[in-house]
Amino acid sequence: MIKKVGQKEIQVNDEGYLVDFNQWDKEVCLCLADEQCINLTERHWEVIEYIHDKHRNDEPLSIRGIKKSGVINVKEFYGLFPGGPLKKATLIAGVPKPKSCI
Amino acid sequence: MKNLLILGAGTAGTMMANHLNSKLPKNDWQITIVDQEKTHYYQPGFLFLPFDIYSTKQVKKNGKKFIPKRVNYIQKKIEQIIPEQNQVTLADGESLSYDILIIATGAKIAPEEIEGMSGPKWYENIFDFYTYDGAKALRNKLREWEGGKLVVHISEMPIKCPVAPLEFAFLADSFFKNKGMRDKVDITFVTPLSGAFTKPKATKTLHYLLEEKNIKEVTDFNIERVDQENNKIIDYADTEIEYDLLVTVPTNMGDAMIERSGMGDDLNFVPTHKATLQSINHDNIFAIGDATNLPASKAGSVAHFEAEILTENIQRYIKGEELKAEFDGHSNCFVETGNGKALLIDFNYTQEPVEGTFPFPGVGPLNLLKESRANHMGKMAFRWVYWNMLIKGVHIPFVSTQMSTKGKKLETIK
Repeated sequence: MIKKVGQKEIQVNDEGYLVDFNQWDKEVCLCLADEQCINLTERHWEVIEYIHDKHRNDEPLSIRGIKKSGVINVKEFYGLFPGGPLKKATLIAGVPKPKSCI
Repeated sequence: MKNLLILGAGTAGTMMANHLNSKLPKNDWQITIVDQEKTHYYQPGFLFLPFDIYSTKQVKKNGKKFIPKRVNYIQKKIEQIIPEQNQVTLADGESLSYDILIIATGAKIAPEEIEGMSGPKWYENIFDFYTYDGAKALRNKLREWEGGKLVVHISEMPIKCPVAPLEFAFLADSFFKNKGMRDKVDITFVTPLSGAFTKPKATKTLHYLLEEKNIKEVTDFNIERVDQENNKIIDYADTEIEYDLLVTVPTNMGDAMIERSGMGDDLNFVPTHKATLQSINHDNIFAIGDATNLPASKAGSVAHFEAEILTENIQRYIKGEELKAEFDGHSNCFVETGNGKALLIDFNYTQEPVEGTFPFPGVGPLNLLKESRANHMGKMAFRWVYWNMLIKGVHIPFVSTQMSTKGKKLETIK
């Protein structure tokens, strides 16, 4: 479905995740974060960068991966994206929801 | 004479030894299999052992019985793979060279990965049922347990047989009902996933089972530590869950030998091509079953389907032909729901479990994603199939290697 964020229109799935990563930019990101009631700080951006790295290399995201990332510890990650941090952080970063469901 | 070496004589390794025994010419190929365990366990039986449904005898046999005579069976601990030299070293210093290597060393529980889990109360009021020792210790506990808060818990994904913890909760409900003490037991199912079933469609269709059995559920719970003193599990969001009896599935990891060899990912699983089963980093190394990092279920049925494709690919590799990129992540499992009933699910990398009939379209006799007694009989009969057909590499009639879409109400995962 089409969603309007700021001046742009983006394509999202029924859970609100961006369908095409190419549509992601800072403006989209700020709007998505705003909807989650998250004010993006320097630390948030570092995490988003880490998520993008993982996404580009086709590596799955997991809590264990966060633990070993060297970017952030899990407690802080929960603090930055309260209540379901992996789900929220990926939504804001414009990448698919992690599939740990196998 | 060339050497084909298989590491691990569990479900996948034993199947490969049997398949290749009949396919590789005796004069050209020596097949060797290495495993330190003398016993071959029927791991699906570990689910039933705690409830006295299976006896200890029914879940283990001497592994040697299932390895063909022509295959050299070495019962020793593996130290390391040295891929650059095409060699495997054993703990006693012996060295084996190979032309082709198959890694089938499986996955193991690693309770030490979670802070406080493997402390002094491990096997006192905290149990796993993914090992023979754990399932047996839990059986002894359940025989005398007088009730309280039972928490069935998954630490992190991926785990072997992803539905087993839920089956455990269902069987526990039946078990306590039959003992006339269900009112004394409070059952809570705790998972790091967003739903009780690992696939969204199944979660939706089957949620009624939890309600019907009065099993509480806590989702999105990423465990940080176990507080053994206060009998609590605590997650990163500081959610606390109290237990009197904790039945947990600890982190599952590939064999430590994979780590020693520098060949695994974060969880010691071997990076493997998901359609051919060739390892990503070495052309003459293949991996099968729970040892791989494939995004498929870690389950015997998956290893069974993989084995048929891997057998073909080993022969192609020997002839210098292109490998068949055909493994589709096919998984097929019976899900016990208690009270002598079970469900059957059939799915692959892209197709979620759906309703329908199996294996004959429109006929069955088994129903997909629906509870029935026939499915339960299927699950019980599977133990015989496992010992007598599956690990011996005998083809199971009517069940295809790639998932069939016939007789199913389809909906593809996006």
